[in-house]
Amino acid sequence: MSDAAVATMDRKPMPGMMVYNKKLGMWVFLLSEVMFFTSLIGSYVILRFAHPDHWTDPGIVLNVPLTAGNTFLLICSSVTMVKAFAAIQQGDQKGLQRWLLATILIGATFVGVQVVEYIALVGEGFVPMLDSYHAVGRGNPHEGPSLGGPLYGATFYAMTGFHGVHVTIGVLCLIYVYVRALQGAYTAQSLEGVEVIGLYWHFVDLVWILLFTIVYLI
Amino acid sequence: MEEQEHAPPRYILIFVILAVLTAAEVGYAFLDLPKVVLAVGLIIMAVWKAVMVAMYYMHLRYEPARLWILAISPIPLAFILVLAVITEF
Repeated sequence: MSDAAVATMDRKPMPGMMVYNKKLGMWVFLLSEVMFFTSLIGSYVILRFAHPDHWTDPGIVLNVPLTAGNTFLLICSSVTMVKAFAAIQQGDQKGLQRWLLATILIGATFVGVQVVEYIALVGEGFVPMLDSYHAVGRGNPHEGPSLGGPLYGATFYAMTGFHGVHVTIGVLCLIYVYVRALQGAYTAQSLEGVEVIGLYWHFVDLVWILLFTIVYLI
Repeated sequence: MEEQEHAPPRYILIFVILAVLTAAEVGYAFLDLPKVVLAVGLIIMAVWKAVMVAMYYMHLRYEPARLWILAISPIPLAFILVLAVITEF
């Protein structure tokens, strides 16, 4: 079957759904992701209510300004992603490539900052293990009694870690789309790949918006 | 169909709103207010931002109603999941 025929089939709406199959498939996948992150957030909320002594106020243990900056970066990457899609809608190949590259770089920076944050937090005793937990607040290690407890660390690393993995996978997928874009694989009439990865990327941003508030601010 | 023409969303304006809301959230989180008041305000701002991303960046606003139904279908399921675990606790 020719590439053109395959592309036409991909664009063909699923009967009754009025959107093409790839997009519908991504939406269904994202809905399963909603349930995945709901289980994580729900567990966090329940554990926090059950063991309030394991938590402390925001900004004491976690580096809120750093993560607020990282949140801003991820919001920027959503703009660059949607600009990439808008560019290819207009048939602007260079614009698509430029905005995709910007999204990749910003996404990779987000992951890098998260790694730096993890290293600093572990160094300050903010770990998920009962035996070695000794977080006492940022910039003041090894002095005073511990603040919070290992449940705080366990839920923090589970939620932000899984999100970080999603961002990393998103960056890898974006690199693939970028390479295809360099080869001229997308046009104004054939832009499904860009739209579908865009949906995933915006979803990852959306989840982080909620996680940042729940984990870092409340 | 999904190919219906519509004016492109103002992506930069939405970005500015998201950035301002993020800054407002961080400032609000450190106000000397009761914990419940802080939590409710922060959740409202976060949901507002999430809805904006879904509506404009994910283009849900311009999708057919059937996709809308599909998109919101996990929300009641998510509530049921959390409520079920809470009642077990």
